[in-house]
Amino acid sequence: MEPVAITVSDVAFGPTPARKLLRRIAAHHGFILGAAILAVMVAMALLAPMVAPYDPNHQDLLHRLTPPIWHAKGTWAHPLGTDQFGRDYWSRILFGAHISLMIGFIAAIISGLIGTTLGVAAGYFGGKIDAAVTLLLTIRLSMPVVLVALAVVGLTGGSLSVVIMVLGFLLWDRFLVVTRSATMQIRKTGYVTAARAVGCSTARIVLSEILPNIINPLVVVITLEMAHAVILEASLSFLGMGVQPPTPEWGLMIAESKNYLLFDPWLIGIPGTALFLLVMSINLLGDGIRDVTAPEARN
Amino acid sequence: MLAFAIRRVVLAAIVAFAVSIVGFGLLRLSGDPAIAMAGPSGTSADIAHIRHEYGFDKPLPVQYWNWMRRAVSGNLGDSYYFRMPVTTMLEQRLPITLTLGVCALLFALVLSLPLGVLAALRPNSWMDRVALTLSVVGQALPSFWFGLMLIVLLGVMFPILPPSGSGSWQHFVMPTIVLGYYATPAFMRLTRTGMLEVLQSDYIRTARAKGLPRWRVVLKHALRNAIIPVVSLAAVQFGFMLGGSIIVETVFGLGGAGYLAWESISRADFPTVQAIVLVYSGFYIVLTLLADLANAWLDPRMRG
Amino acid sequence: MALLDVRNLSVDIRLAGGELHGVRDVSFTLEKRKTLGVVGESGSGKSLTALALMNLLPHAARRAAQAIYFDGVDFCRLSEKEMQAVRGNSVAMIFQEPMTCLNPSYTIGDQLIEALRAHRDVSSTAARERAVFLLQKVGITGAAHRLRQYPHQLSGGLRQRVMIAMALMCGPRLLIADEPTTALDVTIQAEILHLLVDLKREFDMALILITHDLGVVAHVADDVAVMYGGQIVETGPVEQLFERPLHPYTEGLLACIPIPGKTRPGEPLGSIPGTVPTLIGDTAGCTFRNRCSHAQPECASDDVALVRTADGRSYRCCLTPAQRAVR
Repeated sequence: MEPVAITVSDVAFGPTPARKLLRRIAAHHGFILGAAILAVMVAMALLAPMVAPYDPNHQDLLHRLTPPIWHAKGTWAHPLGTDQFGRDYWSRILFGAHISLMIGFIAAIISGLIGTTLGVAAGYFGGKIDAAVTLLLTIRLSMPVVLVALAVVGLTGGSLSVVIMVLGFLLWDRFLVVTRSATMQIRKTGYVTAARAVGCSTARIVLSEILPNIINPLVVVITLEMAHAVILEASLSFLGMGVQPPTPEWGLMIAESKNYLLFDPWLIGIPGTALFLLVMSINLLGDGIRDVTAPEARN
Repeated sequence: MLAFAIRRVVLAAIVAFAVSIVGFGLLRLSGDPAIAMAGPSGTSADIAHIRHEYGFDKPLPVQYWNWMRRAVSGNLGDSYYFRMPVTTMLEQRLPITLTLGVCALLFALVLSLPLGVLAALRPNSWMDRVALTLSVVGQALPSFWFGLMLIVLLGVMFPILPPSGSGSWQHFVMPTIVLGYYATPAFMRLTRTGMLEVLQSDYIRTARAKGLPRWRVVLKHALRNAIIPVVSLAAVQFGFMLGGSIIVETVFGLGGAGYLAWESISRADFPTVQAIVLVYSGFYIVLTLLADLANAWLDPRMRG
Repeated sequence: MALLDVRNLSVDIRLAGGELHGVRDVSFTLEKRKTLGVVGESGSGKSLTALALMNLLPHAARRAAQAIYFDGVDFCRLSEKEMQAVRGNSVAMIFQEPMTCLNPSYTIGDQLIEALRAHRDVSSTAARERAVFLLQKVGITGAAHRLRQYPHQLSGGLRQRVMIAMALMCGPRLLIADEPTTALDVTIQAEILHLLVDLKREFDMALILITHDLGVVAHVADDVAVMYGGQIVETGPVEQLFERPLHPYTEGLLACIPIPGKTRPGEPLGSIPGTVPTLIGDTAGCTFRNRCSHAQPECASDDVALVRTADGRSYRCCLTPAQRAVR
């Protein structure tokens, strides 16, 4: 009665983890769509100074309110038309991508640094530090973000750097929550205890044990907060409290064209669509990353 | 349960205190009320005079204490611009904002709960995909843009609703939609996830084994348990709506507290802005507290 | 006529890696007021069989059968609505995990009363009375008070008793118990089993008891069906099966447990080498052959049919017991 051979393990001959990941990505339509649109937006943002046919602030009052190319009266000289000051819309959209992406990215990085530091500290050290950080979180969550952001930016005087700083210092809550719970989970496993028993310093443990394991949820939150920051800053600018005219910012462009709503709807339609596409692509990418790297987290 | 409630109330009070300090500090650090009050034509002598008369030259903690002391007894100061007590203005404007918020919340729930339940009952069906797509689209749509488009569509092109103002209930329809749609994806996904999880439970299998009809299994047994996290989210989302209503009220010209906030910020009307920040934060804190208490009450395991 | 007559029942489950044949061509009968013990290890298909009878299978599973006759009615031909009228009414089922089988948000009384009012047009007072009556029958003291309690206020053993009471609310003619005592303390297990036997007699029910524990079967069952790899590999009256098993798997199972009076002290307990084979994809030949000490080349070819003996037993093996004894 010899024992029967067990079936050959899939691990030895199956696809590598990297290839499995690529396969999952290829099958995930949301990820691909989001990544594609975002890539286009990033390209637009990075190449704006080189590719824009006109200076976005250059006014050509003889050719104001030219409709875009799909209208009967559109011309290829201004494929997306011109606004009420004769500024080329395509150029403005390009530079607008630059601004929105920059604000979104930098604000997300700042808030990510704040939130992650606080979250990892709270999750790793626990006890009083955790209690203090949690109180800080509760305070932050009890503040109306839009109102406070609007107030601080409005009272300080709107500008690019103020907007970035304010958003960066307000949007760290989700980073904190996610990294804190992830760190606490890792702390429960044996890795951390083992590392400390061997005499590793706290810094080393954090860098080598904790950070690599929180990268996954962290990336997802970065995309979410980036999208959040983009919408917030567009809203702030729309209300007149963000970046100031004549900066080509999409929210600002919509605000400036409010009165032309009925007769020249593209003035609002185009930047709005651009905003929508940017935010949607970031969200799709974030969802896609989450689905592809941790499918159990879904459903 | 009582001990839990007391602890939460005490915590809420502490947080309220802390938030008031942070809010006050942030605003004062952002700008100088003396300059704002003096106006564009104020000289440095005017500014110094104002600073002294209104106590802006005192240390910040003292200013905070004076302000907080008066605020707690109901005196939120006078608006620089309107020359009226802020409390009076809020009494007029806040009900509009709150009405809008409640309507938007109900709108979001009425839309998202059935969608979430249906999506969970048929996972990966076309209905599920439609719901998820709507959710992705909803979250990416900037509210001010959506508002403007709705105005064009329903206010101008097919004029069935008034484009701005706050006279009648019709004035609330478009703002409700614009404020509510943003919360719909979150509710829908939460309901869907919650239902999917609950439907796998053993007690659902028991309910089916008892021969109960499908609708009763879903509505009475499953939804009752899946809805518990939705209550918390509702409180949180209502808070977000308070913030989002600033944008919506401004786009639609609805005379609520949000519009007042925007006007006051534009005019650097510090007392009003400070008061609104305090009131909104207060709402957030009370809402979270109520949500925690409701959560505990809904789950019989925590009640006993 | 038998109370339950299952003919050629199969259950297939769609998985990412293929089709899982969880139940393969299972047939058995059950007479009124008799107890059938269904024995098998995890993955043998016994729970799936029970769920298939009630059509409570998960979404990805498909049931196929020639017929499932219950008291003359073919369950396979019933619509979902008609099946709902049967569940909890003439056929009831209790499950393994009493801790999670009750809805935490409703009282015990609410859930018990609901079980009755789903099928009978009675007032809530009458339903309450029946609930109290049954709670007392299952040995719960202070029944009236218990009705107002929530599941989390009861221990596992009490919850299982409540589940049994709930199953009896409409006076079913067949009770299916899927590993009802596995998740309970050993001391409580015996109590629950005795309870089931008593109730079965008192309420004039037939009982299908699914378990992996041969000791339980020896105690409680009239007839036994042994399942392996989704198939029934042996059936027979309980004493005869234990005395003289007809299938190598049953032999192996019996050799694993110490039997007072038979197993000598110090003697090593038997074990069955190998693991349960995967039932995904095509399955040909005897499922047990990889672990069978009597395996022959014939065992690998076409499916082995169920052999019926003269005295009403059956077994699924290429070789007769006599042939096996020789080798």
